[in-house]
Amino acid sequence: MGLVDRGRMPAPLTKLFNMSRSYSLWVYQWGLACCAIEMGAAFGSPRYDVMRLGVIPLPASPRQADFVCISGTVTDKMAPAIKRLWEQMPEPKYSISMGSCANCGGPYWDSYSVTKGVDQIIPIDVYVPGCPPRPEALLEGVVLLQQRIKNEDMAAKWRGDEYRNNRREYEVDDGGYRTHGVSGDPIPSNVPPREPIVVGGGPIE
Amino acid sequence: MTMLSDRQQLSYIASQAADARLNVELETEGMTLNIGPQHPATHGTLRIICRLDGEQVVWAEPSAGYMHRGYEKLTEVRTFPQVTTLINRIDWLGSFANEVPFILAAEKLMEIEAPPRAQVIRTILFELSRIANVSLFLGDLGVQMGAITPVFLAFRDREYVLNLIEGATGGRFHPNFDRIGGLKDDLPKGWIDETRQVMIKLQQFCDTIEDLLFGNEIFQSRMRGIGIIPADIAKSYGLSGANLRASGIDYDLRRDQELPMAWDKADWRVWTHPDGDSFARCWVRLQETRESCKIVEQLLDQIPAGPIMTKVPRIIKVPEGEAWVATENPLGEMGYYVVSKGDLGPFRVKIRSASFNNISVVPWALKGVYVPDVITILASLYFILGDIDR
Repeated sequence: MGLVDRGRMPAPLTKLFNMSRSYSLWVYQWGLACCAIEMGAAFGSPRYDVMRLGVIPLPASPRQADFVCISGTVTDKMAPAIKRLWEQMPEPKYSISMGSCANCGGPYWDSYSVTKGVDQIIPIDVYVPGCPPRPEALLEGVVLLQQRIKNEDMAAKWRGDEYRNNRREYEVDDGGYRTHGVSGDPIPSNVPPREPIVVGGGPIE
Repeated sequence: MTMLSDRQQLSYIASQAADARLNVELETEGMTLNIGPQHPATHGTLRIICRLDGEQVVWAEPSAGYMHRGYEKLTEVRTFPQVTTLINRIDWLGSFANEVPFILAAEKLMEIEAPPRAQVIRTILFELSRIANVSLFLGDLGVQMGAITPVFLAFRDREYVLNLIEGATGGRFHPNFDRIGGLKDDLPKGWIDETRQVMIKLQQFCDTIEDLLFGNEIFQSRMRGIGIIPADIAKSYGLSGANLRASGIDYDLRRDQELPMAWDKADWRVWTHPDGDSFARCWVRLQETRESCKIVEQLLDQIPAGPIMTKVPRIIKVPEGEAWVATENPLGEMGYYVVSKGDLGPFRVKIRSASFNNISVVPWALKGVYVPDVITILASLYFILGDIDR
């Protein structure tokens, strides 16, 4: 899309693109530990059935995936592999960190071999706390991620501003500065950095 | 040896020479195939390095440690009641079963015993966690061979068991329900009737899986005669659980050991299979799920009245000593060697988890098999990464 690479895109087109992107997410399941089973229950079981949300849980490789769900304990031995597969994913890409271990180390906070939080390695959009979180919690995380994608400014993301641009918050803060037709205006320096979403709204634990 | 005519001999020699020539032409360089550390068929983060000659594996080595979380070290800085929170997560599919041997070891050191009601409820929850564990194995088995349906069935029927465990303990996955000297709580109202109904459903699930998967021709041709582990090899590698019983060795710690649990109150049998191939291992697990349902059904009628906790001090200090308790967990023999110095926490805990020994046979079992069989052999050996690396 020529419009996107030039960093300018009309708002209705952005809205249309964002909606189609948010309802056709291909998720790469990075099952590591206990949470992998709950992720399997959420993504692959008839009771929870993530496909009704427009998420397709079985891409063949990370190169086809839109977001990665990192579920379980990340160890120091595993961390380079996570970094490498994250870099294989094409932009735009998102990530969900599922479970206490991936969020912050969880019950292994004092272990010598566990990475305390996968956000040290890759940027995380949504944190799902719990040990392990119920499948419903993961589904809520997916819904929150879809909301974030819907409110995203694609052109800004292309320019690499996505981590300091949250369109909706910005509109509220600055009295409709960015609500006019064309997005991609220069971003003022007082834009807050993009906040991570936490399911349940509490601290990341 | 039959006598060959000159003509036959000549044609035989010519064919041998042709074969040799063909082999030289088709000779390929060795190739190293890396499976994992993130691969759906490895149930987590196991990495297997295979050296291939054409389609055959000539050498295979599992590389464990991608899920090493340092349990044995962490137990040294936790108190005894806190340790159960951790060890739930070793074998994450059958969590309650992980707690039991550790609690029994601590009770052995303290020279106390849980009341009979707690023993029976413990056994019921132990078997429920076995059902939750093995039913997912039975569903996952199909996925390894490209059949997606069984895993949906397994997840559907496993939810019923998880609901039961959640109803009794409050946790779907990690109940942390076992206490030194008994259990945290009594069973909720209506739980027993519900469990009876779920056990009927689970037995139907076993029948469905047997029809759908075990009777399938593709399944049989990919499983029968593949990955045979003879009894002496199984013994020498220290296999346990269904992997051992599928090699024809009649050994089950639930039956062969005196423990303060209630398995002897139920009428059940230990299944073995003489073949030792992949099919045998899966078949033994299927039968064990049925036996677990039977054990639960029988024990539900035999829950005695009484307390669920013996008298233990509020702050638990385990007296000095060493104890070893092993039970027959869903994956095999799981044991804890607990050394206490009379402190709040254990001085040292050695965890013997079944999967570590079960995958130690992988280099032997994978030698000479074809690449597609690697996946089925690994699936039938059935390991859980947390149980390997701890």
